[in-house]
Amino acid sequence: MEKRNFKAWLYLLPAILFLGFFMVYPLIDVFVYSFEEGYNSASQTYHGVGMYNYSYVLHDPYFLQAVKNTFILVVITVPVSTGLALLISVGLNAIKPLRNLFQTVYFLPYVTNTLAVGLVFMILFKKTAYSDGLINLMIHWFGGSTIDFIDGPYWAKMFVLCFYTIWVVLPFKILILTSALASVNQDYYKAAQVDGTPKLRVFARITLPMISPTLFYLIITGFIGAFKAYSDAVALFGTDLNAAEMNTIVGYVYDMLYGNSGGYPSYASAAAIILFSIVLTITCINLLVSKKHVHYS
Amino acid sequence: MDYEKIERAAKKRKTIRNTIIYVLLALWAIVVLFPFYWMLLTSVKSYGAYNSEYIPQFFTLSPTLQNYIDAFTTVPLAKYLINTLIFTVVTTLIMLVVTTLAAFAFARLEFRGKNLVFTLFLALMMIPNELVVITNYVTITNLDMRNTFTGLILPSVTSVFYIYLLKENFAQVPDQLYYAAKVDGTSDFRYLRKVMIPICRPTLITIAILKVIECWNSYVWPRLITDEEAYYLVSNGIQEIRENGFGRENIPAMMAAVVVISVPLIVLFLIFHKKIMEGVSRGGTKG
Repeated sequence: MEKRNFKAWLYLLPAILFLGFFMVYPLIDVFVYSFEEGYNSASQTYHGVGMYNYSYVLHDPYFLQAVKNTFILVVITVPVSTGLALLISVGLNAIKPLRNLFQTVYFLPYVTNTLAVGLVFMILFKKTAYSDGLINLMIHWFGGSTIDFIDGPYWAKMFVLCFYTIWVVLPFKILILTSALASVNQDYYKAAQVDGTPKLRVFARITLPMISPTLFYLIITGFIGAFKAYSDAVALFGTDLNAAEMNTIVGYVYDMLYGNSGGYPSYASAAAIILFSIVLTITCINLLVSKKHVHYS
Repeated sequence: MDYEKIERAAKKRKTIRNTIIYVLLALWAIVVLFPFYWMLLTSVKSYGAYNSEYIPQFFTLSPTLQNYIDAFTTVPLAKYLINTLIFTVVTTLIMLVVTTLAAFAFARLEFRGKNLVFTLFLALMMIPNELVVITNYVTITNLDMRNTFTGLILPSVTSVFYIYLLKENFAQVPDQLYYAAKVDGTSDFRYLRKVMIPICRPTLITIAILKVIECWNSYVWPRLITDEEAYYLVSNGIQEIRENGFGRENIPAMMAAVVVISVPLIVLFLIFHKKIMEGVSRGGTKG
């Protein structure tokens, strides 16, 4: 038995080493960093322990801007993307021919490089000296006035960011929702059909309750994902997000760590921990709400 | 005769409803596909033609491959691609070995504390990458592994989720096979290689493809850990190209680079789309 014990641990050893060194230790260390005041990354010394890093971050205007941007992004993209995904999945579920083709096409953005395709969106929305760009051309067709979405007013930049984020997150949501819809027991629908129940009522009384666990799973993961938004913003506005007023909380963490404004792992740690307190709180609220409204069979 | 009328009306309603659904679905398909079309189109427009279009044209009559030549000669695009390929292949291979061994221990071997360790592993799934990346950055910097493949690869290897996925699959292999192998005097490791891995190959392939996608698109870690162009991966490379590559105005060449970067994964997706979509729906998220 002793020998078998030993052999089993040998199989686990590589995984434990990797996880211990690159996940467990850093997780503890990030809390340590966040309380070390005046940490100097060159000499690796610090001169006190306390809450100063948190207070610094919470008073940093760049951080507050990042928090504001992230919250706007979350509040807009999570409901819109979930609703849109639900509509599209219901549509997909109602058809037979071409369904697989549509499903495959809709999933395509999932496998593409966010940074690379973001550049295409930038070009579509950007207004330059020699061209207004395609989106502005379309706005012009409908009689609107052109606007620079990449270097222009705040709301225009926020619009592009939300639009691109939704474009990026939809494939996952559509995939999960279509398989949830397909697995609803058809007997319920047949019974409703026999009773002559109107379609909208069937949707509200049968479909929605049956897929509500999946829907809430998507809302929770959607919140978590949207709070961690970063590379979409980089793809559209470049690496200097503070200058573009488009930074996100995660972007702030990385800026503190690295780059022109970098070298402050303590501030980065404090910001990261603040971010995850927010995410944890929201996730707990979500779970509480879902307990009340979700139908688990 | 009344029935016929009702039936015809119902059929008509259904046709109208279906048409509306198809039109809406097709509209969204256009929104999804259009950026890909636009990037292909722009990449074959010549520099002069593109810049003289005040109103963007939806097609071009004189496509050129010059932009692709520019993309490979003016900026080190080939180097970025090779770096990404090395990073992706090595990370995926190490991940497969580590994951297979751990999943085998959890699914097949008996040892004290197994349930506790497995629970701890599952708890690790909840730890967001953003929290651990700070210390990893400091660790790798202190170990003097910035701008090395080792520094890029090591922290990117493990994914608890894949261990979980594979363990579930391993556990489905009937016990009888194991006992029969034991009677024949087969060692655990040989059993893993000759029986478990061949049976669970589909899951292993799914995991490998998901990891390849993750590696090919990874941006944050490579950006933190590399600042020499010789070690850039495609995501950082494209960002570098955007900021000081061809000069701001050469958008067709930039789009050619974007096409080159996107094509490998799109091809992978077209070949394996069933496997990828099935794997993702079993619990992957875009990380």
